[in-house]
Amino acid sequence: MSNAEEHPAYLAHHFSEVEQQRESAKLGMWIFLLTEILLFGGLFCAYAIYRAWHPDMFYNAHAFLNVYLGTLNTVVLISSSLTMALAIRRMQLDDRRGAVAFLMLTLLFAAVFLVVKYFEYSHKFHLGQLPGKYYTFTGVKGANPHIFFGIYFAMTGLHGIHVLAGMSAIGWVLAKTVRGRFSSAYYTPMEMTGLYWHLVDVIWIFLFPLLYLIG
Amino acid sequence: MVEAVSGNYLRQPGGIKSWLVTLDHKRIGILYLAGIMTFFIFGGLLAMLIRLELLTPGKELVDANTYNRIFTLHGAVMIFLFIIPSIPASLGNFVLPQMIGAKDVAFPRLNLTSWYIYIVGSLFALYSIVAGSIDTGWTFYTPYSTQSTTSVVSMTLGVFILGFSSILTGLNFIVTIHKLRAPGMTWYQMPLFVWALYATAVIQVLATPVLAITLVLLILERVFGIGIFDPAMGGDPVLYQHFFWFYSHPAVYIMILPGMGIISELISTFSHKKIFGYKAIAFSSLAIAFISFLVWGHHMFTSGQSELAAALFSFLTFLVGIPSGIKVFNWLATMYKGRISLETPMLYALSFLFLFSIGGLTGIFLGALAVDVHLHDTYFIVAHFHYVMMGGTLMAFLGGLHFWWPKMFGRLYSEYWGRIAVALVFIGFNLTFFTQFILGGRGMPRRYYTYPPEYQTLHDLSTVGSWILAAGFIITFAYLIHSLIAGRKASGNPWGSLTLEWTSPSPPPTENFVGTPRLTHGPYDYDTVQIERGQV
Repeated sequence: MSNAEEHPAYLAHHFSEVEQQRESAKLGMWIFLLTEILLFGGLFCAYAIYRAWHPDMFYNAHAFLNVYLGTLNTVVLISSSLTMALAIRRMQLDDRRGAVAFLMLTLLFAAVFLVVKYFEYSHKFHLGQLPGKYYTFTGVKGANPHIFFGIYFAMTGLHGIHVLAGMSAIGWVLAKTVRGRFSSAYYTPMEMTGLYWHLVDVIWIFLFPLLYLIG
Repeated sequence: MVEAVSGNYLRQPGGIKSWLVTLDHKRIGILYLAGIMTFFIFGGLLAMLIRLELLTPGKELVDANTYNRIFTLHGAVMIFLFIIPSIPASLGNFVLPQMIGAKDVAFPRLNLTSWYIYIVGSLFALYSIVAGSIDTGWTFYTPYSTQSTTSVVSMTLGVFILGFSSILTGLNFIVTIHKLRAPGMTWYQMPLFVWALYATAVIQVLATPVLAITLVLLILERVFGIGIFDPAMGGDPVLYQHFFWFYSHPAVYIMILPGMGIISELISTFSHKKIFGYKAIAFSSLAIAFISFLVWGHHMFTSGQSELAAALFSFLTFLVGIPSGIKVFNWLATMYKGRISLETPMLYALSFLFLFSIGGLTGIFLGALAVDVHLHDTYFIVAHFHYVMMGGTLMAFLGGLHFWWPKMFGRLYSEYWGRIAVALVFIGFNLTFFTQFILGGRGMPRRYYTYPPEYQTLHDLSTVGSWILAAGFIITFAYLIHSLIAGRKASGNPWGSLTLEWTSPSPPPTENFVGTPRLTHGPYDYDTVQIERGQV
């Protein structure tokens, strides 16, 4: 620990080596992802209970979701995970411009996802398929169809907030990359953002079949 | 006056601002300590009001609606703003890195962020008090919480935010314990307080997100009427109780486990004897954390869950008694033939043993199905959880605070007044809450504004007890504050303890240790290491 080579600027004072700092960040991030899964776990649990109680109503109500738009969004998000991973790979190879390009592409995919979601939401608002007491749509057979839409909006809404959070994180990492803060020796924040972004993707991969592909 | 120890963490340049932007875990611990003590005083004053109002069956000070708000606030403030963050975030933050020989926690910035999140959450809670307060009880049960005209949304939002503070502290501690132990410190050489904080952190990380989503659903229920907890709209209010207690029962162990960790330190240090059954104590913390996730249904024995579920939850609840019992017997065995010295921290530890045993055993009564039907929602349960939370956690917190006070501030408090305060707290506590066991057994329901005249004697005894308790706390505050100004200077190791934090000067330097600390002995090797008290 005597020379600057072993204690570079990005190594915080309380860590003795770069590897220790990186491993700590990784462990912390995985624990954080675990809490995210548990956060959504409550909603998955509510979904399971109400679907078990009202299987027919869930089946009838899900038919009003647009499978094509859902599929499109699934493809878009999986692509964004790929570009995120590629951005990290570029950084590992010290290709800063490549990393910047892939990060921007990831942001673009995320924005496309939200735009598609916006059209889906506004169509439902228009039909009155709103949560709870604002629900006015009459076309679904079965008791209390508003519950399906309540859960739909809660799950996709919370997921949407996570997409926004992920986009902010990617934007922050992008700014740092442009300013040349990362190299193949140190790119931990980008890797952590990548982990988070993959989680956002994975949650959607569960939401999509549960909501759009019932029956 | 204190001579300026070079690098002493309390005496860094920059004044107040240097505290508000500090990344030093010790300073953040002190910031938390200031926050939680403020809310402890506030919650305590509310408790005094409750007891004062119950002096007679009629109106004493406040009307029934105000009374509902007061007991709700007492519960919410004490649980979410005091007891959950109390030991981990203040004492834990201060000593955890020192105990494992680290310079700081793994993520110092996140640590400071947790404190600010705590402050923001508490501002929401305070706002809800100003904006009409809340009268649902701290559990926010539906359907009442969706109909009450009080400011439920801002309070639940506050609790939601506080949850994040708790999660981030837990996350930080887990990573710190995994990655930042001093070279050569294996898991089995960690002090037991660290094990307890680890088990606590696991619960914080796994349970709190579920509370977060529950409160989000409650807010959605109130704002959009999504109806999943509303039977009129095809929902189920008991589902709310399941969600709520899936967090809030493990949360009870977030409150007690760190306290148990402190007791292990105190009993070994003040018996000057190696801790008995180190591994048993360490693993019983993890066992409690594990079982804590499987017992939430015992809050719903009378809420209409299936008989099979109730029987299973009852059985699982009894299981918690095993690791708790293991701890108590190991502490007793540690004291056996030890050289026990009865200083203030040890007196708190002994109070803990006595009160926690009563609290734990009455928990077994309540876990038994048939008995619970009679005792559910009576003063018996109020007494039970005060014996565990206050008789357990608060005694441990005070014991720990007295134990590490010289380390934190470099000053010794008055041992004489310390002992008087322990005696008052112990007597006052038992008078306040033992009477409530009897009241509950006779059928006094919790949260009631009034009661039949034949209960008055016991109610009055309980209220007098609360005054004695308050006197004990006032004395404690007085001599602790006095010690900061005029206390004798503390040496590096005033108790002759063997854990690492006592190897540095009091108060410690900003970097905790001079160089990387080297382990020369285990945390409890009182049988092989001769240590002089007061040595630096």
